[in-house]
Amino acid sequence: MQIGIFTVGDVTPDPTTGRAPSEHERIKATVAIAEKAEEVGLDVFATGEHHNPPFISSNPTATLAYVGARTERLLLSTATTLITTTDPVLIAEDYAKVQHLTDGRVDLTLGRGNTGPVYPWFGKDIRRGLELAVENYALLHRLWREDVVDWQGRFRTPLQGYTATPRPLDGVPPFVWHGSIRSPEIAEQAAYYGDGFFHNHIFWPPSHTQQMVELYRRRWEHYGHGPADTAIVGLGGQFFVRKNSQDAVREFRPYFDEAPVYGHGPSLEDFTAQTPLVVGSPQQLLERTLASIEYAGHYQRQLFLVDHAGLPLKTVLEQLDLLGEILPEMRRGFAEGRPAHVPDAPTHAARVAAAGGPAATTAPLVADTATGRRAEDAVGVSA
Amino acid sequence: MTRLVVVSAGLSVPSSTRLLADRLAAATVEALEDAEVTHVELRALAHQLTDRLLTGFAGPELEEAIEDVRRADGLVVVTPVFSASYSGLFKTFFDVLEPGTLDGVPVLVAATAGTARHSLVLDHALRPLFSYLRAVVVPTGVFAATDDFGDTGGAAGALDGRIHRAAGELAALVGKVSSRDAAGAPGGAASTRRSVSDELAEPTPFEELLRRVSEG
Repeated sequence: MQIGIFTVGDVTPDPTTGRAPSEHERIKATVAIAEKAEEVGLDVFATGEHHNPPFISSNPTATLAYVGARTERLLLSTATTLITTTDPVLIAEDYAKVQHLTDGRVDLTLGRGNTGPVYPWFGKDIRRGLELAVENYALLHRLWREDVVDWQGRFRTPLQGYTATPRPLDGVPPFVWHGSIRSPEIAEQAAYYGDGFFHNHIFWPPSHTQQMVELYRRRWEHYGHGPADTAIVGLGGQFFVRKNSQDAVREFRPYFDEAPVYGHGPSLEDFTAQTPLVVGSPQQLLERTLASIEYAGHYQRQLFLVDHAGLPLKTVLEQLDLLGEILPEMRRGFAEGRPAHVPDAPTHAARVAAAGGPAATTAPLVADTATGRRAEDAVGVSA
Repeated sequence: MTRLVVVSAGLSVPSSTRLLADRLAAATVEALEDAEVTHVELRALAHQLTDRLLTGFAGPELEEAIEDVRRADGLVVVTPVFSASYSGLFKTFFDVLEPGTLDGVPVLVAATAGTARHSLVLDHALRPLFSYLRAVVVPTGVFAATDDFGDTGGAAGALDGRIHRAAGELAALVGKVSSRDAAGAPGGAASTRRSVSDELAEPTPFEELLRRVSEG
């Protein structure tokens, strides 16, 4: 079981003080939070991707590479990488590079998530969001598995004799999760490729998560990847804890009431009853998290959102300390009753082993004739 | 058994909007002979509707109301007139329905107001809204002003006549158009859109999703 955190990178004024961190503070805080995640024994740090204020989460690969350099064993991921508005060629190169730099400690979660205005900034149309996700991933999948790709599609210029560089580390591409809150088509896509499925889980009722995960598991089996309970499932989660649950409720309420995602809406009490949000004691967090198994089955990855809504860095780090304290017990709980045939979350080492050992990753010597195969060829062309 | 759902957006208790809704429901049931009526009273769902706008998912009671409407064979919708149109509460309920929910569903539109001068709200506001939602709006809409309820003479008789004519039209359409299967999924010629729940029950195979991209 992999347990970790995911961040959206919102810059939100602290409702109790009115003060918003600067972009610089928030970016540095993100790194501090990731380092703390490793310190308390978590397995995964994942960052989202947004390209508009009030977020600081553009260029997630730079963040992941930097965090990778400052940590030893933390897995680096995304929640999510925008497969709709980001060129799959760029994704193939960027994440392969981070994979090399971090010795395979990277995977990624693909998502569509973007608001209408963001699409045209990147030359795309939100009304084609689903189709973009389908076509772009089909290309990304090939770019990581075929050294030379000839390709033609609807949403980008054709590729002729194209090689994405660097080639994936050890010949094994970063593992891909497909993230979706409410599009069954994305669960279908994950099942088709035999990739992981990540359900954000946190802002919607568990009954909805259950339907999506069940669909993914059913179709995983349909496409011949194995029994439904061997599918690779990740879930989001969200909490605010204090030793005394009443303290947690009192302290978190102003943040909840003003939060960008659910503020001014349902009461804290309604929202904790209707969604997986836990505001209470670490024991309550433990119980609620393990209860997810009842409707999602035994799953592979649990990520928590802890650093949003204007919570100060100091508080977020305290939250991670509290999570760290119950981590051994949470791991025990996840292991309990877990059938032996349910796979662990994928790691680079395990996937390389499954592929029969590392493959050579030297890119073949091919290039277009305009710029030349080698420097001397280019000279020859211009002369 | 025909599933008739009555959506009313009156704000006071008791409400003349609810009163009109009840009379329309009774007349439709009478015309259909074998119908089951479910009332969706929006006043009780006002908080959850606002929450739904902000969070993207519906609370349990609202979810149940949406599910009732999704499974309905026919609808009676009644709103009070606010600022020359349907009330915001009424509109919000229809705003949060998933696209395709009302495809081909027969709908009887009705409204209440203080004076008869608002009666065009049926044709200026309600009919376009339900046309947009691809519902089949019955020819006769029913508007009731305060006078209609108070008058013991010809006017009351006229309201009663309109109620029965509209109810008869709805019953005829429900009988003709309704093609929703037992699972509540819209089907038949009137509806080709697929909802999230259709997709969850029976997903479009990925090869088909890929093919659609290449065919544009």
